[in-house]
Amino acid sequence: MLTWLTPDLQHILFTVFQGVVILVVTVLFAAYLSLIERKLLAWWQDRHGPNRVGPFGMFQIVADMLKMFFKEDWTPPFADSFVFRLAPFIAMSTILLSMAIIPITATWGVIDLNVGLLFFFGMAGLAVYSVMFAAWSSNNKYALLGGLRAAAQTLSYEVFMGIALMGVVMQAGSFNLREIVEAQSGLWNIVPQFFGFCTFLIAGIAVTHRHPFDQPEAEQELADGYHIEYSGMKWGMFFVAEYIGIVVVSALLVTLFFGGWKPLPYLDFIPGIFWFLGKTAFFVMLFVLVRGSLMRPRYDHVMKFSWLVCLPLTLINLLVTAAVLLLAGA
Amino acid sequence: MDIAFYIAATIAIYATVRVVTNTNPVHALLSLIVSLLAVAVMFFILGAPFAGALEIIVYAGAIMVLFVFVVMMLNLGQAVVLQEKRWLAPTAWIGPGVMALLLAGEMVYLLTHGESQGTAHTLVDAKEVGVALFGPYLIVVELASLLLLAALVAAYHLGKRDDQNG
Repeated sequence: MLTWLTPDLQHILFTVFQGVVILVVTVLFAAYLSLIERKLLAWWQDRHGPNRVGPFGMFQIVADMLKMFFKEDWTPPFADSFVFRLAPFIAMSTILLSMAIIPITATWGVIDLNVGLLFFFGMAGLAVYSVMFAAWSSNNKYALLGGLRAAAQTLSYEVFMGIALMGVVMQAGSFNLREIVEAQSGLWNIVPQFFGFCTFLIAGIAVTHRHPFDQPEAEQELADGYHIEYSGMKWGMFFVAEYIGIVVVSALLVTLFFGGWKPLPYLDFIPGIFWFLGKTAFFVMLFVLVRGSLMRPRYDHVMKFSWLVCLPLTLINLLVTAAVLLLAGA
Repeated sequence: MDIAFYIAATIAIYATVRVVTNTNPVHALLSLIVSLLAVAVMFFILGAPFAGALEIIVYAGAIMVLFVFVVMMLNLGQAVVLQEKRWLAPTAWIGPGVMALLLAGEMVYLLTHGESQGTAHTLVDAKEVGVALFGPYLIVVELASLLLLAALVAAYHLGKRDDQNG
């Protein structure tokens, strides 16, 4: 009985199972996030929000999905059809792949990569192609303007996003996210790396093109920017990819600065998974709150802020962290 | 692992050939990105994940984005595709093609018959790269930083507008 179930095979099956569960939970949570966002915004703005489909509007997302599936999936005749179809897949897959490196608990996680953080930077770098290809292939001037903005904005913000995290990497002595979490056993990184946290949060919002950094899609000026020609499920993939981006960046913030699955002192009876989920949910809500409360700055202000405020701040943070670590003889 | 390497290598070669033969500039750039990603996979297989990750971040994620950016700004239309088609006439590529083929044949011969070093399957991690760069190769790093600084100053000078006060 079950002789074929060797330890090796068990290990492989368990790893695949973990990967599938994390994938499904991430995608479902991201899809549901659109409803959560609308509800939260409604409460904060003293409205009801969606409340027609199911109790408290809980099945609104099902109705939205059905609508989206039955919409005509239209490729404009003037578009470059191959690149037009490719763009949403790049958006979805690069951001989902970033989720793979995040350790959920001490035993759960998809891959334990020793260049984990660099993998995330690589995927974030590739994600910009989805916007650029969508913008170019749509053959539409608003889309093109959105794409140009997206490219310039993402490149600028990725420069200091990398440098912002180097302090964390120096303290842990590794790019491996699991080791970074273990290095925070005593004190969460939010205390020694406060400026790294601030700049990474800003860069994370900018890289996911969330408000107030949604310059690529700015409704008032660009009429939705790069995905203006998209409809049906192709548009849906951009939409879900944005929410997956929020989940991934929130999970990364938790992993890098808030000790991942590590509990607060005297509360270690609560399992790690709840800590991780709770902290991630907190940052997801922060993303929504930021959207609900800030106005969109002008595009040149966004670029100036990146190069003149955030980049110097991250460089100073990097130098100070390195000096402190050297003086402490680490 | 060998199979994975050969698959990545085949994709890299095919994508690179498509970079040259494709007449649409954006499709050619897309092929170049695929080729760079395939090379990154090869770095991972050879036990250099740090080099592979940097290949993706620097080449595929930053330099190629600027290429695509420029091509998008120029917004080349159908005219460029036709021009590229004219340039790809057999008389233009047969000569260089034969020469490249000869060189490729020579390289394959040397690889199969020459003294082979063998690929080292040791893991080269970020730490080893850093120790090497700031140890024996420190002077090269410093010289490269000087070169980059010069390029930065030159770019600033070219980009600066004199007609404005700020």
